[in-house]
This record gives sequence, C-alpha cells and structure tokens, in this order.
Amino acid sequence: MKSVVLLLGVASAFMFYSCKPKGPQSAIVGDAASKVYVAPGKYDEFYNIVSGGFNGQMSVYGIPSGRLFKILPVFSVFPESGYGYSEETKPMLNTSHGFVPWDDLHHIALSVTKGEHDGRWAFGNANNTPRVARINLKTFKTEEILELPNSGGNHSSPFITENSEYIVAGTRFSVPVGDKRDVPISTYKENFKGTISFIKIDPITGRMNIGFQLRTPGVNFDLSRAGKGPSHGWFFFSCYNTEQAYTLLEVNATQKDKDFIMAVNWKKAEEYIAQGKGEKVKAKYAHNLLDEGTHMATSEMMTEVLQLDPTILKDIIYFIPCPKSPHGCDTDPTGEYIVASGKLAAIIPVFSFTKIQAAIAAKDFEGEFAGIPVIKYESALHGEVKRPGLGPLHTEFDEKGNAYTSFFVSSEIVKWNVKSLEVLDRVPTYYSIGHLCVPGGPTSKPHGKYVIAYNKITKDRYLPTGPELTQSAQLYDISGDKMQLLLDFPTTGEPHYAEAIPASLIAPNSTKIFKIEENNHPYVARGEKESKVVRKGNEVHVYMTAIRSHLTPDNIEGIKMGDVVYFHVTNLEQDWDVPHGFAVKGAANAEILIMPGETQTLKWTPDEVGVVPFYCTDFCSALHQEMQGYARVSPAGSNVPLKFSTGVVEETGSK
Amino acid sequence: MKSLKPITRIAVGLSALALISAYFVPLWQILMWAPQYPEGLEMKIWINTLTGDVRTISALNHYIGMKTIEVSMFPEFGYMIYLVGAIIGIGLLAAITNKRFMLLAYLSVILLAGVGALVDFYLWGYDYGHNLNPEAPIKIEGMSYQPPLIGTKVLLNFTAFSGPDIGGWIFIGIGVLLGGLVFYEWRKSK
Repeated sequence: MKSVVLLLGVASAFMFYSCKPKGPQSAIVGDAASKVYVAPGKYDEFYNIVSGGFNGQMSVYGIPSGRLFKILPVFSVFPESGYGYSEETKPMLNTSHGFVPWDDLHHIALSVTKGEHDGRWAFGNANNTPRVARINLKTFKTEEILELPNSGGNHSSPFITENSEYIVAGTRFSVPVGDKRDVPISTYKENFKGTISFIKIDPITGRMNIGFQLRTPGVNFDLSRAGKGPSHGWFFFSCYNTEQAYTLLEVNATQKDKDFIMAVNWKKAEEYIAQGKGEKVKAKYAHNLLDEGTHMATSEMMTEVLQLDPTILKDIIYFIPCPKSPHGCDTDPTGEYIVASGKLAAIIPVFSFTKIQAAIAAKDFEGEFAGIPVIKYESALHGEVKRPGLGPLHTEFDEKGNAYTSFFVSSEIVKWNVKSLEVLDRVPTYYSIGHLCVPGGPTSKPHGKYVIAYNKITKDRYLPTGPELTQSAQLYDISGDKMQLLLDFPTTGEPHYAEAIPASLIAPNSTKIFKIEENNHPYVARGEKESKVVRKGNEVHVYMTAIRSHLTPDNIEGIKMGDVVYFHVTNLEQDWDVPHGFAVKGAANAEILIMPGETQTLKWTPDEVGVVPFYCTDFCSALHQEMQGYARVSPAGSNVPLKFSTGVVEETGSK
Repeated sequence: MKSLKPITRIAVGLSALALISAYFVPLWQILMWAPQYPEGLEMKIWINTLTGDVRTISALNHYIGMKTIEVSMFPEFGYMIYLVGAIIGIGLLAAITNKRFMLLAYLSVILLAGVGALVDFYLWGYDYGHNLNPEAPIKIEGMSYQPPLIGTKVLLNFTAFSGPDIGGWIFIGIGVLLGGLVFYEWRKSK
C-alpha cells in the first residue's frame, strides 16, 4: 500500500517535469537542406539588402543561402575600406554638428517604378543624427547623404512612394524647433514639435532634396508606408506617445487605449506648394554628394527648408485611432488595406483606404487632436485580426493576398488572409522576431517564395562567443500552405528592416571597374608618367599609381617634420576584381582600398624622423608582398630635396 | 494509553530528524519557459528565502503589471523556521513519549501544515496574478496571471509549472510514511 502511494508520487513528479515545451529540433521537416543549398559556382536567387542597425551600415546577403557578401558602409566609418578615413569620403559623414563617425541604420527602401522594384537605388535612414542615405545598386557605394533639420531622430524612414517620387522621414523624438529651443523639458506639450519630411528623388540621377516638411504635433512617429494603386498620393505613419510624455515613456506613453495612424495626403501638400502656400524657414543641414567622375564627396551646408502647417492648411493630415502604441504600419500590395500593429495590443486592426476616404468625405470625425481631425475608428476599419499572437510588430505580404506579421513577445510569424482576416498558419522564430522580409513584400508585386525573420534575441542558436552574440535570422519557405523553416543564419550588426530583390534586377548591371579615362579626380595620375610629388607650403601631395605589383613612386625623399602628406593613389588596373590597398606605418588613419580606375587619398602627418614603409594591403598578385615603398622623413628645416622615383637604383646611397 | 511498536518509534524519530533538511534544501519550485527562454527560468522557495531567476521574472512580469517579487513580500519567511521547528519538536516528542496519540498529533500537524501552505500559496498567487498595476504597459482584457498551484499552466507566452522541490518531497514522503505507520499501528493492535 505504502509503496503504491510512493510510486504514484514519483510518477506524478515525473509527469510534472515532462511538461517542458517542444524544442526546435522537431521544427525541420522534409528536405530543407536542398532548398537552401546553392551549389559552388551557382548564384543565389535574391539579394537581401539588410539594415545594420547599430553598426550604421547595410549588409548584403544571398537568399536562400543566407551567405553574407558585403558590409556596405553608409553612416559609420569603415576602416576596412577607408570609408570616412580617406579625404574623398570624409565629407560624406559631415553634418551640421561636424563630422559624425557613427549612426544607427534601421530601415531599407529599394527604389520602385510603378510600385515594382527597379533595382536602381537603396535608401537607408540614420536614426540618431537624422539623415537619409542613397546607395547606388550598380556600385554598391553610398552616393548621397542628406541631413534632416527640425528633427530629433529619424525612425519612420526612408519609406518610398510608388514611383520613387519621395522618401520620407518622420521624427522619432519631437523636440523644440525654431528660435525657441532653450525651454524646460516639462513644456513638451506647448513647445515640442514633430516634422515629417518629404524628400524628393530626382527620377534620373536619384539626387535628393527636401521637397517640404509638414509641421506636426509633438508625438513620436514610428514607422510608415506609402499608399499604392488607389491610395497612391497618400502616406501612412504610425505614431505613439500621443500622451505627449517626456519621461518614463515605458509607463507614461502606454496609458491611452489608442494612439494614431496618421494619414498624409501628399498630393494635397504639393497643391498648396504650387499655390505658394509653403513657408521658407531657416535651417542648417548638410547635403553630401559623391561625384562618380571625381570619386570625391563634397558637403554643402543648406540654409532653408520649405514648411507647411497642416493645422492651417486643411486636408493634408488626418488621424485614425489605433490600439496601443502602433509600430508597424504597412500597406498591402493592392493599396487598399493598411495594417497597423499596436505593439501592446491583442488584435491587429486593418484599415480600409476606401473607408478612410468615405469617412473624410462625410466628415465622420470623433474630434480633433492638436488641431488635426481624428477619424472615427470604426469608420476607417476594415476589420480586426482576432487573437493573432502577442506583440505584433511588422507585416509583409505575398502575391496571394496573405499577410505575414511578426510577433515579438510570442516569438512567431503568423500568416493571415488580408481580406478575410483569418489566421492561416504560425511558425516559431528563434527568438523574439523584430522585422521580417518577404522578397518584394512592400511592393505592388511581391515575389513571395520566402519569409525571413530578423530576431532580437540569439541565445543558444549558434556556438557562444562570450556575452556579445551574433544576431539570428531564419528563412522560411512560404510557397505552400504551411510555412516551413529552412535555414538559421547569423547576421551582423543588428538588422532591423531588410528588403529582398531578385538578383536578375541587380547582378547584370553591377559595375566591374571604373574607367580610368573617365577619372576626373583633381589629383589623378592616369598613368605612371603622371605620377609625381608636389610641395604646396607644408603640404606634400603624392600623385601615386598602383598596378601589379608596384607603387609609383615607391621612394620618396624630402618630406620634413611639420609636413602633411597626402597620398593620392590611383589604381591603374582595368581588370575585374583587382583592387589595391594602401597603408603607411604609424599613420593615425585607416587603410584605403582603391578600386580599379579609382583615386583615393590617405592623409598622413609624419611624427618622427626616419624612413617609413608603406605597402599594398589588398593581396593583388603573386608579387603582392613586393608591392611596397619607403618615405624618408627629415627634420624640420632640413635641406634634403624633394625627390621621388620607382626602380631607380643609386650606387652611392648615402647623403 | 497505548505505546508504539519499536519499529514505529524509530521511524517516527528518524522522520522528525529528516525534517531538519527543510532548513537546507528548497521546498517548492516554480519553473517557466517561453519561446525566448528555451533554457527556462526558475524560482526556488526555501524556508526563509527565495532564490533563482527572481529578478528576471520580476523584470518580465512588470510589463503586465505584476508586483516585483521580494523576500519582504512574504511574512511567512519570518515564522516558517519556527513552525518547522515546532513540527520537528512534536515528532521527537512522539518518539520520546512513545505514545500513539502523539503519533496522531504529529501526523495531523504535518497535514495541517501542508494544507495551510497550499492555501497560503494560493492566496498569494491569486493576489499576485489579479492585483495588477493599472498603469501596466500591456493590458489584455479579461486576462489574469495567477500562477498554477500545482502543475502546468500557459500564461501568455510563458508556460509555468509549480510543484514541490526536494524539501517539499521530503515533507510529502514523511506525511505518507506517518499515514502508513498509523495504519500499521491500529491494524496490529486489533
């Protein structure tokens, strides 16, 4: 009897312990490996352009293999290539605060034509010191960075309109703007303002300028998407902190049941501007541009910006109530539905563009917020996805009318039908997904096939590397009814949003070399005969060439203490994948990498008398190790003449 | 008054001594798993303290408005050491006095203590799961978060388990043993 009771106790204890949830071991079904295997010599189907988050860069992966191809420097210095260290690239990181070596890049927008990927440019935002950048997808180089005035942080950016007319930038932090900026923080409600910038994109060159800024009430703008198809001409932003809290936002900005989706009629704003109703406001912001001909960036300080006040100019902005601190704000491929994810909400509201228009026409408003009409929730609502999961963040779409929403708290992707709002499938992610990406997901014509999860927590997914871990991403096949986990791959930086685009739209156009005859750099040496060393006061300019396997000149004398030396190195190669690198011993600088046909400049201030070696840092040829030279540094006031050569052997060396 | 069989007397004495272990091992445990906590979180309840991932659990639970779990929340930790001491005393007294009614008293005290502990734990759990901060960032209509009394329960993204730890099992074991002894004594005496 006693033993029976004891046995029961042991058995029940055992049952208690076997309740541990199922691990991911059981998650792989079928032949996942062959679906992500890209055989040697074969190519991936998609480019995945991924934001680097706190590394300030973008990275380029192949899908479905998950292989990393490139870290593409944008807002942060990158000593590996000399970005932000070479004289040519330093102006790219100039701002109204001077040279800023770092930022936090959150979102990617790829250029579109008629709502579809055109493979021309990628845009990225700087969240910290508000900027947007444009990357040329032929060269994979950052060509342009534009600072945003009257902004306290640029998060809801750089989302793009249907024909790349505009990318946008909204203020993550509202701040006091204009002349009255030294105010108590507690006067948030009266003095703090937000702005939404519409950045015009030149359809041919891609060059950016701020078309106009909308002044908005002081709230936090989070994310945004342009309308498309029927809703083209409109833009939708999520905003939180409509409580207008300025401290402990964790509590104070989460009190209201509903914040807002802000609908912006930017065509209307354009009409007002055409009528001359914009107001030119003084501002200071940097506009940095890379000239492909000279391979040099220049920075221009801009002085004014055109603003519109939507509280006076009616019909530009409307608010739509949205449950609990909306984060993602995504328009479906048809342009009819706007999916808003309240990150603390237990439902996902889906708004209808047709209903929003009807509500505006019928003035179906529940009131005003800071002088802006607020549309009634029910009047704008298509419907709610009930009990989808916990902590909805972002939504992407496939080509079959389905939506894929990421859930941070319940760590899963949930597939649901946009029209019927019915939940169709769910898969776990590892762990706590942030953004997600379906190839072409934000466009009018999604390519579908995969969904990629970019997670915020890595933990035990890979071999541990101390407290700081790589980031974790998963690839799922979405071609069938059920989502299938295929691959778990590490990512660098901290990816937020990413886009994937068919390789066929980019690979054929990829630049292989820069033509040397088109190099208009002011210090170019288009051949070894043009190489020289020129003194201008205490500046010494070395017009240097690099070709397998020597630098010209490789012996330089006559540099003196107190001089500043500029090595302008032109790579004379016109052959694919033969970059040269250049570094100088003791230089308080990085290396520079010079692509074929390009000129890059390394600045060096000698700090001691002696002979200083320099060499090629990119393994270029069989005799790469021979690609080196010497610079002689003499004391200040020395009479050593300026002299340079390559391949000249002097019998009596000493002088 | 009837005396105990020698074997019973020894068993009663040893069981009282075994209860001393309650001062050195955890009595109860709460385990939690979530998608982002595949390794699990645990909270161990000792005779006078709490150990384990208490801080992490509190940090997570504050989003839904639950109180920060602290040792000072539980007056029980102040008097449990004396309560268990008294039970051990009664057990030893039963062995020394060698009286059957003392064995009954010992068993009753253990059963009472067990039931009392569960009731007390339930009441705390009810308050902890229902009495939520109205300013919590995440409020889900109709949701409360009372942890399971014994067994497993899914609460949002967490699966929580509550059950005895080593000390609790020793208590349960002794309860079962004493029940058996009472059964044995009364049957033998018929």
